Amino acid sequence: MIYTKDLKFSFNEKTTFAFPNISNEASQTLLITGNSGKGKTTLLHLLGGLLRPKSGSISIEDTSISSLSEKELDRFRGRNIGLVLQQSHFVASLNVLENVVLASWLATGKKATEKAKSLLKQLDLEDQMYKLPSNLSVGQQQRVSIARALINEPKLLLADEPTSSLDDENAFKVADLLAKLSKEYNAALIIVTHDQRLKDKFSNQLNLN
Amino acid sequence: MIAKLAWKNLWFKPLNTVLSLVLLTASVAIISLLILLQEQFEKQFSSNIDGVDLVLGAQGSPLQLILSSVYHVDAPTGNIDYKEAEVWMKHPFVETAIPLAFGDNYRGFKIVGTTPDYIKKYTATIADGKVFEKNFEVVIGSEIAKKLSIKLGDKFFGTHGDAEEGHLHEEYAYVVVGIASPTGKVIDNLILCTVESVWEMHSGHDHGGEAHSEGENPPHGEEGHIHVEGDEHDHEEHVHDENCNHDHEEGHDHEVSENPAHGEEGHVHEEGDEHDHDEAKEITAVLVKFKNKMGIISWPRMIAQNTKMQAALPAIEINRLFSLFGIGLQALQYLAYGIMLISGISIFIALYNRLKERKYEFALLRVSGASRIQMLGLVLFESLLLCLVGFIFGTLFGRFALVMISSTTDEQFKMAFNPMTIIWEKEGILFLVTIFVGILAAVIPAVKAYRLNISKTLANA
Repeated sequence: MIYTKDLKFSFNEKTTFAFPNISNEASQTLLITGNSGKGKTTLLHLLGGLLRPKSGSISIEDTSISSLSEKELDRFRGRNIGLVLQQSHFVASLNVLENVVLASWLATGKKATEKAKSLLKQLDLEDQMYKLPSNLSVGQQQRVSIARALINEPKLLLADEPTSSLDDENAFKVADLLAKLSKEYNAALIIVTHDQRLKDKFSNQLNLN
Repeated sequence: MIAKLAWKNLWFKPLNTVLSLVLLTASVAIISLLILLQEQFEKQFSSNIDGVDLVLGAQGSPLQLILSSVYHVDAPTGNIDYKEAEVWMKHPFVETAIPLAFGDNYRGFKIVGTTPDYIKKYTATIADGKVFEKNFEVVIGSEIAKKLSIKLGDKFFGTHGDAEEGHLHEEYAYVVVGIASPTGKVIDNLILCTVESVWEMHSGHDHGGEAHSEGENPPHGEEGHIHVEGDEHDHEEHVHDENCNHDHEEGHDHEVSENPAHGEEGHVHEEGDEHDHDEAKEITAVLVKFKNKMGIISWPRMIAQNTKMQAALPAIEINRLFSLFGIGLQALQYLAYGIMLISGISIFIALYNRLKERKYEFALLRVSGASRIQMLGLVLFESLLLCLVGFIFGTLFGRFALVMISSTTDEQFKMAFNPMTIIWEKEGILFLVTIFVGILAAVIPAVKAYRLNISKTLANA
């Protein structure tokens, strides 16, 4: 599903990251752990096509993303990769539903309004649909980002510290949802974290140390 | 969707948006108002001087003469002797010479004694009825017919002078015999009759008027009756004169010789004679069109040197007026463009500041599959949307202001402006300038959005 080979990245001459090869199949979860400064987020951005590696290759479902042009990469990212970040960001002027619908429109050119509604319902956000994201609690916001990440049924779901700003209850809720929905949508889930709560929950782990 | 996003974004910070919009609207409104006003004002002024090469009138300000006799927006400079003017009206250079005699008004609309040539000069036709022939028959302008709902055959009394409230001439009633076709020129707001009607009206009026004005001259006043009789006599003769010019001078001689009593008092006679003319055979101005355009150059000097009259060239006076007027318009226009510049800066600051807050939003859109170009487009679109809305509001407000101004000028000067016209060229330029301001204000924020480093932005979150 997703495979990397000899992935290297450098910000400048002095700091170069060399990452171990990664492989993760659809509907499986991989937890990437490691201390700060080990390039966890960098790796995630490489996998998500937000950064380009210095060398090595990443292939997602038979597509080598390093060979894509900038524009093709934008398109590919929109359709095949869902991203959940530590802090949720939204288009502040659009309500929850519109934010989710916008993601579908940007990726496919179509507005999947019904699908967005059912997804939000599934995430227990039915009453929040027409509120502005800023009026939601942090846990709710994180669930909205999950909905947004899943709206295009991506092949790969990437989560960067999705639980670190949440309390226990919400952290487990979000972790459960990520695991459950990635299975349901048949997506490969990669979570980058140093959150101990998640380490206890997912067995398939890769440590960058 | 980008449009919706831009729209929602604009109203997410309503105060910023409203500030930019108000500034834009104000500048566009002022400029479009000026454009419309200037264009229509100049058109109205220019169309009215078509076919008038020179205006003959009493000495005074030439601009005042033009404004009063051609546009009917100022008080006349005074009256001129008809006989003196007639010499020039019959000059071989002249193609048409239209006499104008002002005297009265009806409910604020000026009654002008003239010839049917006046109607022709404005390319008006008689839409209904016939042209004035006999004394006290009038042709009314189309606007008057509409505003006062006057019909053919209606009668009315004129009021002396040009104030609506004044001495009512109840001796003679005017009869409407014709209604002129609309022209969009001053004639639409005038009541036209023969010059003799004005003379007649005021010779009758002199009866009272003379006692008033001649209060210092009691002996003369005592002879009032004889005077008036003679006066009326003159008139009948004069009507004949019009038909046969030869008689005219004869008639004049006649009058003098017939009136030996006057003759005896040689000195007094002249004064009295002149007075006679003052009261009866005076006109206000003559609109001259030349056959030989040499007259335009030679007449003003000749007339100034040889007569008590002046000759003013409308084209020159109006140019002078426009250039005086133009300085003011230009200053206002600079002011308006200044406001537009400020609105551009306000849009820039708003977009730039918002960009700082919105960079995560942009990064997120990029992550969701938006391309760099779409980000650039979004910022540009927001700015352009604002400018477009500002332009539309401004254009509407400008026209609204024109309607307000028009109702005032219509009341005071009988000059109306049409807010529905679009001056494509100038307003097109204004539109392009507005759009340009929008692009200029957005260019830096848009490029910043375009070049946003998603990874860095998200990693620093």
